[in-house]
Amino acid sequence: MKYLPLIWKNIWRKKARAIFTLLSIVMAFALFGLLSAVRAAFSGGVELTGADRLVMVHKVSLIQPLPFSYMGRIRATPGVEAVAHATWFGGYYQKPENFFGQFPVDPENYLSMFPEILLPEDQKRAWLKDREGAVVGRRTAEQLGFKIGDRVPISGSPWRRKDGKEAWEFNVVGIYDGAEKGTDTTAFMFRYDYFDEARARGKGLVGWYTIRVDDPDRAAEIAQAIDANFQNSPAETKTSTEKAFAQGWANQIGNIGAIVEAISAAVFFIILLVAANTMAQSVRERVNEIAVLKTLGFGPFKVLGLVLGEAFFLALVGGVLGLMLAQVLVGGVGKVLERFLPIFYLPSEAVTTGLVIAALVGAIAGIVPGIQSMRLPIAAALRRG
Amino acid sequence: MANEPVVRVRDVYKAFRRGAEVVEVLMGLNLEIPRGEFLALMGPSGSGKSTLLNLIGGLDRPTRGAIEVGGQRIDRLSDADLSAWRARHVGFVFQMYNLLPVLTAERNVELPLLLTKLPRSERKRRVRIALSLVGLSDRLKHYPRQLSGGQEQRVGIARAIVTDPTLLLCDEPTGDLDRKSGDEVLALLTSLNRDHGKTIIMVTHDPHAAERASRVLHFDKGVLQLDSAA
Repeated sequence: MKYLPLIWKNIWRKKARAIFTLLSIVMAFALFGLLSAVRAAFSGGVELTGADRLVMVHKVSLIQPLPFSYMGRIRATPGVEAVAHATWFGGYYQKPENFFGQFPVDPENYLSMFPEILLPEDQKRAWLKDREGAVVGRRTAEQLGFKIGDRVPISGSPWRRKDGKEAWEFNVVGIYDGAEKGTDTTAFMFRYDYFDEARARGKGLVGWYTIRVDDPDRAAEIAQAIDANFQNSPAETKTSTEKAFAQGWANQIGNIGAIVEAISAAVFFIILLVAANTMAQSVRERVNEIAVLKTLGFGPFKVLGLVLGEAFFLALVGGVLGLMLAQVLVGGVGKVLERFLPIFYLPSEAVTTGLVIAALVGAIAGIVPGIQSMRLPIAAALRRG
Repeated sequence: MANEPVVRVRDVYKAFRRGAEVVEVLMGLNLEIPRGEFLALMGPSGSGKSTLLNLIGGLDRPTRGAIEVGGQRIDRLSDADLSAWRARHVGFVFQMYNLLPVLTAERNVELPLLLTKLPRSERKRRVRIALSLVGLSDRLKHYPRQLSGGQEQRVGIARAIVTDPTLLLCDEPTGDLDRKSGDEVLALLTSLNRDHGKTIIMVTHDPHAAERASRVLHFDKGVLQLDSAA
């Protein structure tokens, strides 16, 4: 601590250089934070998947429906603990821009399958009582102004009603929150029994199944056993872990993780060069002062520590400010993009990784000038000064 | 014992390599400096006087020979041990003052104390005593650029004495000062020697400065020419 004033003063001895270097580092870390949020937006579902959950879809394609009658056979498979189903509804509220995911589900099975959906008990009871009841995620409710008791029409779904009405109408009976920061709170869920009875076609079909297994270590084996049940049937199935399913879904857009890593690596490499150049210049300019410190009794490792401390401090201050800026930017960008990327936040792991990278950038940038300072021959350096 | 040698230089050689050429600067030098002495080293440039000062201060190592300060063979110490030894036993005063421009006078003088385990309040107390000894109690918060040359050198002297070292090594301490400021600095060094018992070794080109010393040694081409009491 007692060396901090010296380190601080040395950082700011050339203010313009320090500010520009700091700004470069801040911008790099802000970009890193923003990219991490993009990555989380695309892979957030992957990270939040349950290790004990499988997803079963039609072997041909996710958009092919599966018979509701599979439910019993899935449940009877050894190792299966619970089963829930959902179907893509694909409508919108009032205008196409007001788009969010809607799913007909079996309330009890679904809520028990996804404990991360937090719905108050009285609202759950209301949902079970009202066949036209629907629960909506907090984010969508706030965005579109849905309140409990509202009658909400959803139009534009490929699922037509058999009574010929264009819009499906639901009663908002509950608003759910997410148990974790990245839990999707944009969905709108309503009862499958009402949906199945009212739709014009596709009765007895569901979009996909989510299955909970009793032993996550046997997930692959159980998935194989489930698929074996439906081999050579008109609707063969493909069961995978929820994580693999979500990853496959995210990969349809591209390997966002790899793209983000590549860009971040390039940015950090450039920042490392900037910081290293700043440190090298700064040390070169004060060879005489370093020799004076050594003359006064600052040992080789103290001198190394001072130079590393400067680099470390510069990188860490830049990193912290950059991540703080990222937090602000993510909030702003998230609001603009929330319809397309409902899960858009700066993950805490990205903050930790960012701080570790900042420390590493500091250490690497400072190590060469630090070692040069350690080895500086005092008498020769004083003569040069 | 007042005349006990605090520095013993025995058969010391020092050579520098300049490209392919080896330059012999000191050749078999022998010297004893008693505790409490004010010694002036004189001689033309390149004669070896600053080299000897650097060797006694542990800033450089002899090519051959032994250097003993306060009974300790400093030529045998590792770099880290030598640094710690310098911090405890030697104060340096430079011709160009060599204050850190980014630190105030107070912070510059505090630098050697950062290497001790003293708490901040005690460091501050000692810094103030050192600065008052050199007559700069009113310049604590001034940066080197806000001080005159003579004042800068006095801050340099305060930095050199703040740890109460055994030896004060001064390399041309008045070389960059006008006569008046130079005289003030010399008076200060004389007082530190006479009133505080500091052993001072001073390299100088200036006969006027050397007059303040109790003994003057003349160097020429790496060899001690004349040992004269001032």
